[in-house]
Amino acid sequence: MATVSPPGDDPPVTPRYGGPAPHFPPAIPAQNPRGDRNRPALPGWWDLSVRAFRCWLVMYRRTWRSSIWSSVFGPLFYLGAMGYGLGSLVDAHGTASLGGVPYVVFVAPAVLAVQAMNSGLMNAMFPVFGGIHWNKIYIAARATMLRPADIYRGHLLFITMRIAMNSACFVVVMAAFGLVKSWWGVLLLPASVLLGFAFAAPSAAWAVTLRVQTPMNYVFRFGAVPLMLFSGTFFPVSQLPEWLRPIAYATPLWHGAALCRSLSLGTVTPGAAALHVGYLAAMAAIGLWAGNRTYYRRLYV
Amino acid sequence: MGVEPTVRSTLSGFAFSSLPGARGIRLIERHARFYRRMWLVVASGAAEPLFYLFSVGVGIGALIGTVPGPGGHPVPYRAFVAPGLLAVSALNGALNDSTFNVYGRLKFEKLYDSVLATPLGARDVAASEIGWAVLRGLIYSVPFLIVMASLGLIASPWALLALPGAALVSFATAAAGVALTTYMKSWQDFEYVMLVAVPLFLFSGTFYPLSVYPHVIGLVVEWTPLYQGVVILRDLVLGAPSWGLLWRAAYLAAVGLVGLAVAGRRIATLLLV
Repeated sequence: MATVSPPGDDPPVTPRYGGPAPHFPPAIPAQNPRGDRNRPALPGWWDLSVRAFRCWLVMYRRTWRSSIWSSVFGPLFYLGAMGYGLGSLVDAHGTASLGGVPYVVFVAPAVLAVQAMNSGLMNAMFPVFGGIHWNKIYIAARATMLRPADIYRGHLLFITMRIAMNSACFVVVMAAFGLVKSWWGVLLLPASVLLGFAFAAPSAAWAVTLRVQTPMNYVFRFGAVPLMLFSGTFFPVSQLPEWLRPIAYATPLWHGAALCRSLSLGTVTPGAAALHVGYLAAMAAIGLWAGNRTYYRRLYV
Repeated sequence: MGVEPTVRSTLSGFAFSSLPGARGIRLIERHARFYRRMWLVVASGAAEPLFYLFSVGVGIGALIGTVPGPGGHPVPYRAFVAPGLLAVSALNGALNDSTFNVYGRLKFEKLYDSVLATPLGARDVAASEIGWAVLRGLIYSVPFLIVMASLGLIASPWALLALPGAALVSFATAAAGVALTTYMKSWQDFEYVMLVAVPLFLFSGTFYPLSVYPHVIGLVVEWTPLYQGVVILRDLVLGAPSWGLLWRAAYLAAVGLVGLAVAGRRIATLLLV
């Protein structure tokens, strides 16, 4: 309806279809000293992070079936082969160096820790890289009111949920097979989630800076696999040669596996637990700090 | 499809390319040129079985002592597990290039469509993919064998046949992989590849002898392909060869040839040749 109102009649408001006329703040600076800063405030950082998390949740609702095999059955296979199969050979030989427990009880919490580490790494490296290069979710999120740090935190929420789901499945299996020997085992789930998060935060912070995919494959092949095999997981660190032991003690997976094992066997002491938890929490905190910076540099518009 | 030209080799005058699938060697050359720049990506996968050798073989070996080996007498655990991991390295080398990469080349790079513009046919493509995967399996197996020799885990001159044995394991894996990949419909289907490969890796007598299993499960495992490869390599490396190994080798060769035939037909169907 193209009518021209004569000057001096109604206020100059464009007619709308239904609804009240919008309120425009006065344009003259003297009557409106705050100016553009009168706009409504952004939602808080938590609400924005949850919005990003919900995006990943919607995607997962469509693809969860394909992740069951590797997340749930993979560790079970390792437990069966290494724990029971190899365990029958180790138990026949003598388990004094393991602390007197059957091999499967020795190795199950380590398999839990390894699974948490792998969940953290795989969910934090490839989807983050894919968010920029493959399905471009981060680019789309950048066009909304989400800040780079909100995208980071939202994705970390989703990764933590995945780690918790995978670890919960495995802890239930451990308990069902009678491999948890102490009531401290109720803390196995938070411990493995902390371990996975400690790996996920720095990996996501690093993966967002990549231009090609190959460094992630190298990190997995030359970082995660040796960590998995040599950090006191399948055999105690005392079996390693002398010069290799300090390196093993410095790795994060050793702290995670030692924490999980001490909780499962009931040999946990306050000092050792504080050391392991402190190490992992420090690693997570450094990862969060680094992630805020790299996400901002990569994604800020 | 028309007349396929034969190229006479200058050395022997024999029309090598008239053999079915022989022209596929050109596509293998293409893969070699393609990966020449990123050879580290190809070769770095050889490290994983070596890590397993040092951690499981040497590290856990100290917790186990000796295991009854082929031929009855006890062998140190690391000498028992090393040939199993050699078979696994041959499997790993062939697996990636016969599943994920074939799917990517077929559906996304559309490489095989462009190959059809040359004198190569669908059976040449199948043969070359399997051949390249076998080469990659050898790229993984040869360093592993060298490390085994340097650690003193080779007990007999029969181990010279371990390299053709590893190539046979790679051939069976590659042929099965390419044949099954032609039936995949989406990237989600590749979870099944890991679902098959990881249990094969863990449960085929690589880490412990079959006597650990209850009898029925042991019978089932005896029919799986990786177990045949593990037994062949273990008996050769530890010096207990027997004529029964030829039957096992025939099993692997049969798997490979069936896979080759199926792959050729399926690729022809997919490319609408």
